[in-house]
Amino acid sequence: MGRITLDKVTKRFGDVEVIPPLDLTIDDGEFTVFVGPSGCGKSTLLRLIAGLEDVSSGQIRIDREDATNVPPAKRGLAMVFQSYALYPHMSVRKNIAFPLRMAKMDQAEINKRVEGAAAVLNLTDYLDRRPGQLSGGQRQRVAIGRAIVREPAAFLFDEPLSNLDAALRVGMRLEISELHKRLETTMIYVTHDQVEAMTMADKIVVLRKGNIEQVGSPLELYQTPRNTFVAGFIGSPKMNLIEGPEAAKYDAHTIGIRPEHIKASAEAGAWEGRVGVSEHLGSDTFLHIHDTGLGEAITVRMNGEVDFKYGDRIFLTPRADVIHRFDDQGLRIA
Amino acid sequence: MATQHSRSAARLMMAPAVILLLGWMLVPLTMTLIFSFKKYLPLRGGDLGWVGFENYARFVSSSAFWPAVSATLIIVGGVLVITLVFGVLLAILLDQPMWGQGIVRILVIAPFFVMPTVSALVWKNIFMDPVNGLFAHLWKFFGAEPLEWLSQASLQSIILIVSWQWLPFATLILLTAIQSLDSEQLEAAEMDGAPVLKRFWFIVLPHLSRAMTVVLLIQTIFLLGIFAEIFVTTQGAFGTRTLTYLIYQRVLESQNVGLGSAGGVYAIILANIVAIFLMRIVGKNLDA
Repeated sequence: MGRITLDKVTKRFGDVEVIPPLDLTIDDGEFTVFVGPSGCGKSTLLRLIAGLEDVSSGQIRIDREDATNVPPAKRGLAMVFQSYALYPHMSVRKNIAFPLRMAKMDQAEINKRVEGAAAVLNLTDYLDRRPGQLSGGQRQRVAIGRAIVREPAAFLFDEPLSNLDAALRVGMRLEISELHKRLETTMIYVTHDQVEAMTMADKIVVLRKGNIEQVGSPLELYQTPRNTFVAGFIGSPKMNLIEGPEAAKYDAHTIGIRPEHIKASAEAGAWEGRVGVSEHLGSDTFLHIHDTGLGEAITVRMNGEVDFKYGDRIFLTPRADVIHRFDDQGLRIA
Repeated sequence: MATQHSRSAARLMMAPAVILLLGWMLVPLTMTLIFSFKKYLPLRGGDLGWVGFENYARFVSSSAFWPAVSATLIIVGGVLVITLVFGVLLAILLDQPMWGQGIVRILVIAPFFVMPTVSALVWKNIFMDPVNGLFAHLWKFFGAEPLEWLSQASLQSIILIVSWQWLPFATLILLTAIQSLDSEQLEAAEMDGAPVLKRFWFIVLPHLSRAMTVVLLIQTIFLLGIFAEIFVTTQGAFGTRTLTYLIYQRVLESQNVGLGSAGGVYAIILANIVAIFLMRIVGKNLDA
């Protein structure tokens, strides 16, 4: 159905190697998220799978068949672009019907599928409008509609939510997850937002400079990051990474401790510091603690409201059982 | 400080330009209108008094009128078709990344900077001359009888010359339009299974439609008035007498200023109809 395998795939633009040899398997029906900072090659990787870029070497297999040199249209994949890439001069109906029309499907079947997709995506009332008359979220849904009518082997999403405002993004995130549960089709989703990755993925692929840093389920990545990069990238607020003598106490070059694994107290604790800015979210409060002698500011996450004020003296105690240890290469010490 | 003072100062400073423009436009326009209602033959009695709409009726009923209209339409239509079709093709070609792109683009635009009289003379003497022209040599090289371009294929020759002048303009505008096309749209269409020609037909061409309309209307306004190209080549002979050239002949060759003026008023009305459409479309473009 939709099993995608990359075998020693590389990509070079001139002399610059964007993707060094890379192996990856995406199982049928899996929601895989490529995540990484901008310029890490995640979009390039998606475009290689889509066929919009040619691989420099290696092999891409879709359902065990070699698709390395198959043109994009013949790969049976559908893509949702960051800018939605709707055809501005066509109505929503024609936009969604376009891939079917190109496949020379008969008109009755096209109508049936378009209306089916419109019903799923709540677009029925907008079928005769132009993309220019729709809101951002509706355009996003049209782009998804255009992808689902083709009944592809896999969906590719290229940062589809980055043009939406925060509230809409949360809504669309749920809708896409919902769609995945219903269709049970393979989906590959590219984002730089680790929250999207954590909330939607079955499997997260963390990329840095074209290299895969770690592959695993969201919780695996959260609980056992393979190196300091993944540790710092996954989780919000970021994990506190501490080097120096404090880390040496734990026989490590670097130790990592998540903000929610630190206890704060006004009287006593392992580390002493001064409260800086605190961010109140209602359900949680993030405290930024300075002058602890541990290098950078330490972030602490506390439940509910707390009564520490700017400049207050504070004592911190990390939970020893959940401290992540890394060696001088940044790799996890088991 | 948009006060009374600054506003009146602004008016005062704009006044010379406005007066100059108005004078340049209004004086000839008014004189044309006045002459068109008069029998005015400068070498045969001068001003012979008011004649009402007689000039207008005579201009339209003259045996030269309809051939002139058809010659005008053929030239304008021919040039439009050629410049639009080749303009789109050239724009696509120039949009491709290639070595020396900047220089090629400047070269393509160059013909637009050549004066119409000069380019027509160059075409007439260097290319189309039946004895020494490059085309004549080419024909002879293949053993064919050289064509007498300006008499045997007079309309086509004029269309060729004018198209060569206006192609850069069309290409330039269409090229900027093509460059504004979102490449993700083309990629989306590619993924949707549209091969190259269908991508052109369903995505590129609709995207260019507005630019093409603007090119069409601007060119129509200018092409309705082409004169130099005819004046230096056929002098209106061999069926190349356009409406503009007919007006010129009425005024200067027949020395009938009244009749020519009436023809001029027809031409003004025609050009304004096109201009109204143009302003609407360009205005919409600016709104969007």
